[in-house]
Amino acid sequence: MTGWNFLRLYTVAVYLFMFLPVAVVVLLSFNSRQFGSFPMEGLSFRWFVELWNNDAIVRAFRVSLLLAALTAVISTVLGILAALALVRYRFPGKNTITTLLIAPILIPEVVLAVALLLFLRWLDMPRSFLVLLLGHVIFTLPFVLLVVQARLVAIRPEYEEAARSLGANPLQTFFAVTLPLLLPAVFAGMLFAFTMSFDDITGTMFWKPGGVETVPTQIFAMLRHSISPEINALGTVMIVVTVALPLIGMGVARRLAASRS
Amino acid sequence: MANSSAVQLNGIVKRFGGLTAVHRMDLDIEEGSFVTLLGPSGCGKTTTLRMIAGLLEPSEGEIVIKGRSVTHTPIHKRNLGIVFQNYALFPHKTIFDNVAFGLRYRDVPRGEIAGKVARALELVQLPDMGDRFPRQLSGGQQQRIALARAIVIEPDVLLLDEPLSALDANLREDMRVELKRIQVHLGITTIFVTHDQSEALAMSDRIVVMSKGHVEQVGAPEEVYRSPKSAFVARFLGNANLVEGRVGKSSGETVSVAVEGIGELLVPASRSRGIGEGAAASIVVRAEKLFLGAEDDTPHADALSLPGEVTAVDYQGQAARYFVEVAGRTLQALNPIEERPFRRGDRVNAVIRGRDCALVPLEDRP
Ligand SMILES: Nc1ncnc2c1ncn2[C@@H]1O[C@H](COP(=O)(O)OP(=O)(O)O)[C@@H](O)[C@H]1O
Ligand SMILES: [Mg+2]
Repeated sequence: MTGWNFLRLYTVAVYLFMFLPVAVVVLLSFNSRQFGSFPMEGLSFRWFVELWNNDAIVRAFRVSLLLAALTAVISTVLGILAALALVRYRFPGKNTITTLLIAPILIPEVVLAVALLLFLRWLDMPRSFLVLLLGHVIFTLPFVLLVVQARLVAIRPEYEEAARSLGANPLQTFFAVTLPLLLPAVFAGMLFAFTMSFDDITGTMFWKPGGVETVPTQIFAMLRHSISPEINALGTVMIVVTVALPLIGMGVARRLAASRS
Repeated sequence: MANSSAVQLNGIVKRFGGLTAVHRMDLDIEEGSFVTLLGPSGCGKTTTLRMIAGLLEPSEGEIVIKGRSVTHTPIHKRNLGIVFQNYALFPHKTIFDNVAFGLRYRDVPRGEIAGKVARALELVQLPDMGDRFPRQLSGGQQQRIALARAIVIEPDVLLLDEPLSALDANLREDMRVELKRIQVHLGITTIFVTHDQSEALAMSDRIVVMSKGHVEQVGAPEEVYRSPKSAFVARFLGNANLVEGRVGKSSGETVSVAVEGIGELLVPASRSRGIGEGAAASIVVRAEKLFLGAEDDTPHADALSLPGEVTAVDYQGQAARYFVEVAGRTLQALNPIEERPFRRGDRVNAVIRGRDCALVPLEDRP
């Protein structure tokens, strides 16, 4: 009995250790004073306003949004195509290709980052936004692929066969039957890719061209100079984007799934 | 003859790696007929149907539909209606959109789609279901919609793979009658796959009995039932007793067959498969043609009457299936019940008439 109680206490402590700092950041972002101390003396949105007025941050935010959106779209399209090939067709080397596509999950991100960088150096290619995008697609693709693949396996091929027997060619079949049935997974995969790209820092540090910052690298850069309360506000925005968005997305996906099975 | 054939299979073969699922199959299916591929699970029925559908490409041979070779034509250009075992209705589309699906990929004017869908829904007796989704329908209703979706496009051939096996027993028999009614009404060439011999006997114009990728026999239900070509066919349809005997003299009309411990039976020559004098063969005695009588019944003129003992009874209400020990063999008898069924241990007379029997070659023993 005491053993269980200890375990329970320990678990609570671990969670506190993990989430308390996050809670503090969110709280302090609404603090009206420059230096945080508890109890807080007043509530205000001034740090969010300063955030809005800080050109560097707004620029970083734009870059992050564009990067994450492009990553999500490209990864999702590639993920759907790869899943279709892997689930619906038989071809030689299928296992090898599966392993290669999933590998970025298994390899530490730093290693992946350095490897891509060395490869680009060997190709004599300078770092650019395109390279950054390529990197993000590589490490988000496996997640989209796994989610879409899991759903596709559960969709019996008879639906597609029925559509084709009724006169739809393979492309028409995909858009009329396969894609609508896959939609919940496609949606979930896309959100996954978006949030992973949005808060990635390791790979981004290696791949981004000089002068371009994303929100995470911007925060990192700001931290090197000083600890400004703006960072708390930025942190709060990040949390909202990367937590709330997937939650909403999952809700939508669940709705879609319920109406399609 | 060539004009009236809707589907021709010319020596089609399907190999999966080392396994040959269909061996050199030839078949000619007449326009407007209902043909059933019948056989145990794994005998290659689905594989054959999928080749006709265009979902599998034959390893060898040619498939001709309405005089046109379609061996390499993709499925969406074959104009076939397919009904799947699990219905495969599109779950994200309404019943109307499911049925209208095939029409949208054909040159059907928009204005005519609604009318065609309505007529198809009426034909399957579900006229008011258009707005619902498949999951709101029962299994039997989904099956009817699947049928409506397949026939609304006026296909050249209707293909059905075990369409009734997912339904429960009562519904299955209703759907069987219903399906046959619609088929006759439309006069559509239909290829039906089943492992259920009673479905095959009830619905078909012709039955193709298959075993291990080979066609065992093709014929009308009565023909396949009354004059099986092989021991396999005899066993697969209904309850048959197979008794080994030796073929004796032929008198033109009948062939005499001697069975050890039983005696001599005169089997009609038309059902003797031309098995020559002196050869060993199996006599097929249908369970419903083995008549049990009380021990003291008067013997029949044209029949063998053999003493036996009932060893087990399978009571079925209007009839009973008996296992009878006769001359060291256990035979099955399926008899209507007159007053009361026989009981285990009863001494009976088992009556076999030669004219009810058929002759088939001995089974290959592996
Ligand atoms: N895609 C496939 N790959 C390998 N073997 C198959 C495939 N499809 C069917 N088979 C084999 O072919 C044989 C016939 O199968 P099938 O046509 O499905 O039989 P049935 O429909 O009569 O039950 C079986 O032994 C089955 O295992
Ligand atoms: Mg089958």
